[in-house]
Amino acid sequence: MNHPDVIVIGAGIVGAACAQALAQAGQRVLVLDARLGGATGAGMGHLVVMDDNQAELALSQYSVAQWRAVASQMPADCAFSGCGTLWVAADSEEMAAAEDKRQRLQDHGIACHLLDAQALAQAEPALRTGLTGALKVPGDGIVYAPNAARWLLSKNERLVQVEYALVADIDGNTVRLADGSTRQAPQILLANGIHATTLCPGLPIRPKKGHLLITDRYPGTVHHQLVELGYVTSAHHSVGPSVAFNLQPRPTGQLLLGSSRQFDTMDTTVEADMLQAMLQRALTYMPGLADLNAIRSWCGLRAATPDSLPILGAHPDRDGLWLAVGHEGLGVTTALGTADVLAALMTGGTPPLDAAPYGLQRFAEAACA
Amino acid sequence: MRVNLHINGQQVSVPAGCSVAAALAMAGNGITRTSVSGEPRAPLCGMGICQECRVSINGVHRLACQTTCSADMRVKQVEGAR
Repeated sequence: MNHPDVIVIGAGIVGAACAQALAQAGQRVLVLDARLGGATGAGMGHLVVMDDNQAELALSQYSVAQWRAVASQMPADCAFSGCGTLWVAADSEEMAAAEDKRQRLQDHGIACHLLDAQALAQAEPALRTGLTGALKVPGDGIVYAPNAARWLLSKNERLVQVEYALVADIDGNTVRLADGSTRQAPQILLANGIHATTLCPGLPIRPKKGHLLITDRYPGTVHHQLVELGYVTSAHHSVGPSVAFNLQPRPTGQLLLGSSRQFDTMDTTVEADMLQAMLQRALTYMPGLADLNAIRSWCGLRAATPDSLPILGAHPDRDGLWLAVGHEGLGVTTALGTADVLAALMTGGTPPLDAAPYGLQRFAEAACA
Repeated sequence: MRVNLHINGQQVSVPAGCSVAAALAMAGNGITRTSVSGEPRAPLCGMGICQECRVSINGVHRLACQTTCSADMRVKQVEGAR
């Protein structure tokens, strides 16, 4: 592509969504991808409204609504399913957390309701008996992110071109590739997830490793994405490695099981002890999983920031460089919101939500405070 | 010594120690299951890695190549995604 308006680095779900949104705004976009693989190809593709703080809720609520809006246009291989999420409560403390969450989500206009023990058993008979209840968020869903990224990149072929090449460095409005050649554009958007720090070393991003495992096909076993509320109340709050029960019914009938967290390793080897801890946690919620056949397990890296919010917007010290990185475990969910924010900021439009909480400046301000 | 088992409802006699994958090949077409798009699948690697030979054994999904035939075992092809 001669004279693109924007170079997007990274063709994962975030880069793909940004390229599509920029094209929608009339920009000619060159997407460069090094085929290193990232969170898009490793993650679950759970589209979920998260409410740990106001900024996370605003971005995820907007984004999930956008996913639902485009769901009917997506090809079947994107495997969208509006299965909803059940936040499962194992005791009264977690049920109180479910009630708090219900209140918070409903205050923001997000449909959700509580299930008591009996309603939960009816909704998901494969869960063990004796669970306290759940919060059902019916608007959540799932998608197969690698194909969704491909679809987003193909939506506007006149304005979006993808080139597979490794970027060696960014100097002003010039991108130098590993083969020594250069590409130029007035604006450059960094959207390469965990690899962002190699091109922009100061970014506060660290890897958070996760394990996943997928079973053979058992259609009808599970109906919603199931997430333990301990995910919120305790399981992942420790600083060390941790696991939590998180189970997704794939449209094929397969069950995709997570999750684990480990900090500061770039090694994506499956570790038997972490996988075992993750499976044992899952069995405490769904003992029948032990009789199912697992066919594959793998690891991926979440690109985590200190406050778990992504970094969106202009780089404060580098003219023409824009950032859409650090989405941790929520990049598939928030890709469409990220894209609309960035496309608006980069073309002089009005973002659909206040972009200030996601700026890189927040870390400098925190450091000065 | 021989072992009698059932493959897709048919009684089959195989040598003792025979794997289910071998029994499937001896008994007929060797097919263990169909893919999501309905394509037939059969054992490939024979060493428990490729997962192509998932088959129903006494109602539970197992790998045909990693399971030894036993008396009165009921082996059944796994049909489709839904």
